[in-house]
Amino acid sequence: MAKYLLLKHYRGAPAPVNDVPMDQWTPEEVSAHMRYMQDFAARLEGTGEFVDGQALSPEGTFVRYDGEGNPPVVTDGPFAETKDLIAGWMVIDVETYERALELAGELSAAPGAGGKPIHEWLEVRPFLGEPPTITE
Amino acid sequence: MDEALLRTLTPTVIGILVRRGADFAAAEDAVQDALVEAMHVWPADGVPDNPKGWLVTVAWRKFLDATRADTSRRHREVRVEAEPAPGQGEVVDDTLRLYFLCAHPSLTSASAVALTLRAVGGLTTRQIARAYLVPEATMAQRISRAKRTVSSVRFNQPGGVATVLRVLYLIFNEGYSGDVDLAGEAIRLTRQLAARTNHEEVAGLLALMLLHHARRPARTGPDGRLVPLAEQDRGLWNTRLIAEGVDVLQAALGRDRLGEFQAQAAIAALHADARTVEETDWVQIVEWYDELVRLTGSPVARLNRAVAVGEADGPRAGLAALAGLDPALPRHAAATAYLHERDGDLVTAARLYTEAARSAPNLPERDHLTRQAARLNARLRG
Repeated sequence: MAKYLLLKHYRGAPAPVNDVPMDQWTPEEVSAHMRYMQDFAARLEGTGEFVDGQALSPEGTFVRYDGEGNPPVVTDGPFAETKDLIAGWMVIDVETYERALELAGELSAAPGAGGKPIHEWLEVRPFLGEPPTITE
Repeated sequence: MDEALLRTLTPTVIGILVRRGADFAAAEDAVQDALVEAMHVWPADGVPDNPKGWLVTVAWRKFLDATRADTSRRHREVRVEAEPAPGQGEVVDDTLRLYFLCAHPSLTSASAVALTLRAVGGLTTRQIARAYLVPEATMAQRISRAKRTVSSVRFNQPGGVATVLRVLYLIFNEGYSGDVDLAGEAIRLTRQLAARTNHEEVAGLLALMLLHHARRPARTGPDGRLVPLAEQDRGLWNTRLIAEGVDVLQAALGRDRLGEFQAQAAIAALHADARTVEETDWVQIVEWYDELVRLTGSPVARLNRAVAVGEADGPRAGLAALAGLDPALPRHAAATAYLHERDGDLVTAARLYTEAARSAPNLPERDHLTRQAARLNARLRG
């Protein structure tokens, strides 16, 4: 088994096909989207492939050590910020890289406006610290 | 296995060990060891006739085992020597002092919460860690750091009752359910505290917790979504808890020493008293918010007051009451959005709901506010 991080992005990814901001959906569409995410996690818990998932607030700052006796430096840039990028994550623990891709594909199909899949781009990152899964 | 009994006896047994000369940290460790032994032995041999006596004996033996090493013994003898002789006619309840010690102002909130749950609540480190969703090692560190911090605090030098109440309210508001239901645990501890002191704010906090807890089954929908007060199925409210909360509150109010918890409980009681949302006595709720603002000066109380004014005197009056408040206050955007919607300005309301969703403090609230924005935008399009 190997762990992969699936990242949901706020911005920076190519625009999804079904690109309607969530506040423009109907409340039922919003609920359906939330339910899809919950069901997805519950299903992976059932298959033993779920590790963790959290949603992140869009707030955030860069922080850096600024020498003895000084308070840390806090800045809004100049880097591309994860608060622009990362909306949440899910960690899965799967047998193969292909399975990770398959699950990310399913997660990306969460319904959006009109009940149609939003086709959002998800980033899939293998964890270090364990040998990567080799498929024979 | 009567785990509830063990939890109830824990603070008493720690208190007895401390009175016999053990320092707090060592007593707490010894009692935890005794609890673990009880969990193994009692299910097999049955609960002893005198469970408290059993625990005291075992815990004292554990304490002596732990301090048998020469250095520790010398250490302890010096410490006992330095302690003043126990005074005559000790009237202060050991458990009560434990509450104050665990909420000592020298501790951070997180440490005070952890220590209270362990020493007063009798929970194991693992249970506390699970309840707060942190690794057990992290919680163990937090607790031993807390014990080190209070080790220099004399046992008879407690913090203020306000600190104790704050710690209990923090525990209540965490409210995870799983191995340990923290809201239920907080109520149990506050009941215990209320039985030992007749402080009117302790009663106020107990009433507030009971009244909030009574609404708990109605507060979330089947898929975990937030159900606002106005939309809750009032048939799901626990009338027994409400009745008890109101009784406790009335007895406290009768003593004519108003505090913020009593005022908050009074507001909760007025909500609980309305069979339908339309029946809510908003005029009286505004009066209680006035008291709360007077008592605390809290900007959050002012914000809530503005919402209540919006219900009592109409959305324009509510918006006027909001006008002087800092827009950065938590839930300011959500409250303003709500009042604008009631005033018929759907465009502004939808924009503010979207803004509120972005700064929501938790996921259910964010989802709820996103749905509110979506609802208004759908209406505006339709």
